[in-house]
Amino acid sequence: MNARLLFAVLAFGLLATTRAWADEMRLAVTTSFHNSGLSDVLLPKIKADIDLDVRLILVGTGQALKLGRSGDVDAILVHSRAAETQFVEEGFAPHRREIMYNDFVLIGPVEDPANIDAAKTAADALTRIRKSKHLFVSRGDDSGTHRKEISLWGASTERTAEFDSSWYRSIGAGMGAALNAASAMNAYVMSDRASWLNFQNKGNLKLLFSGDPFLFNQYAYLPVSQEKHPHVNRNAATALEDWLTSGRAQKLIGDYTINGEALFVPNAK
Amino acid sequence: MNDIWQGIVEALRLVFSFDADLFEIVLRSLHVTVTAVVIASAIALPLGAWLAVSRFRMRRFTIATLNALMGLPPVVVGLMVYILFSRSGPFGVFGLLFTPTAMIIAQVIIITPLIASITHQAIRDLWAEYHDLLISLNTTKRQRIATLIWDSRRSLLTASLAGFGRAIGEVGAIMIVGGNIDHVTRVLTTAIALETGKGDFALALGLGFILIALAFFVNMTIHILSKTEREGRW
Repeated sequence: MNARLLFAVLAFGLLATTRAWADEMRLAVTTSFHNSGLSDVLLPKIKADIDLDVRLILVGTGQALKLGRSGDVDAILVHSRAAETQFVEEGFAPHRREIMYNDFVLIGPVEDPANIDAAKTAADALTRIRKSKHLFVSRGDDSGTHRKEISLWGASTERTAEFDSSWYRSIGAGMGAALNAASAMNAYVMSDRASWLNFQNKGNLKLLFSGDPFLFNQYAYLPVSQEKHPHVNRNAATALEDWLTSGRAQKLIGDYTINGEALFVPNAK
Repeated sequence: MNDIWQGIVEALRLVFSFDADLFEIVLRSLHVTVTAVVIASAIALPLGAWLAVSRFRMRRFTIATLNALMGLPPVVVGLMVYILFSRSGPFGVFGLLFTPTAMIIAQVIIITPLIASITHQAIRDLWAEYHDLLISLNTTKRQRIATLIWDSRRSLLTASLAGFGRAIGEVGAIMIVGGNIDHVTRVLTTAIALETGKGDFALALGLGFILIALAFFVNMTIHILSKTEREGRW
């Protein structure tokens, strides 16, 4: 083996991994935000308006908070209020800023064996599913959507851990994987509206229940504290926060539609 | 079945429309994996040869460990590399998390035991043949290792290609340490995982076929360049 050639390949391989410097930041976002397609609209505008490359890391809310705690990202955009408040109280972020909300919907087989179509509230719909013992797919990954689902079962005085796995299937995966699983099992599943509308493997599934205010899903932006992690790109995080809450960005968010349906309601203050 | 046809169509469409994003992630896949294979080979080939010609107390135990590490779960490697290179971890100051370098490191850890194990097997057989000759020539250990590696280079190529095969199709570790960031750390396998999550099976399968074709192409090129499978040589 030609040692010099080997060395050249090695050197090239390592050098090519270091990138030219540009103002960039890492933002941990929930998969539901990215699956909605909104990030594909916003990122080029951010680049054009404030010359900032936002690197998205797509994870569940649980992991996003973990990344923020370790200082591996500059800011996070998630949707789980209790966890966010705790994050701020522990000093990992100076504040939380509400950006927009969307809503969760209940998806299920077209035939609707549990008849949740007739339910008055979200909790009532879940009770109907539980009583019919029809298959239900749970994210089970400690994401914002999963936490919301647990709180919903709580509202119908049930505890998910005690559910029989013959019908309650906790799959421990992201929104897309959960929708794929529900599509394959012909099961009920709770999804954010955006992921559902963008999902392309709907199969025999249909949107069956939505509109309960309890299902509203508030997204908040949390810059990672520079006191805890001095290396974070605070300027970029602040610039992005200012942009997201600006009139222009808020209008972009409100105007974003799929098949004529608006997905997000901007509500930054 | 229909999905599979759509996947093939999608693969052809991506390749023949010269999709810029596709070429970017293909090149990144190659860059990460080839670099990892070169580094892992530089460690594993001498290590495997050394294990074959050396006799020491814990030899059996070391070899058994090496063989067991061939089955190292990539997700666990990814998690450990993540913890080490996280800003709160011991190597956090380098800021390597979510870069291709971190992905290369994870892949080196995954494939080094595999390459070293196969190397050890190949060289052990050759060593049995060369033992008397090399001893009688009064060679140093370094010379023996060099001779054995050179003379079993074709088997060792297979060892490195096995490492390449494991690394190019790996997703668990690089998803965790790379973060699947668009234009930075997205490679073929993580893109497939992402598209599957969106339920776009046609695109995911299309990317999958491209990945398979890429692995085939790399193996073929190496075999042609190294002139294996030709009459009178093997």
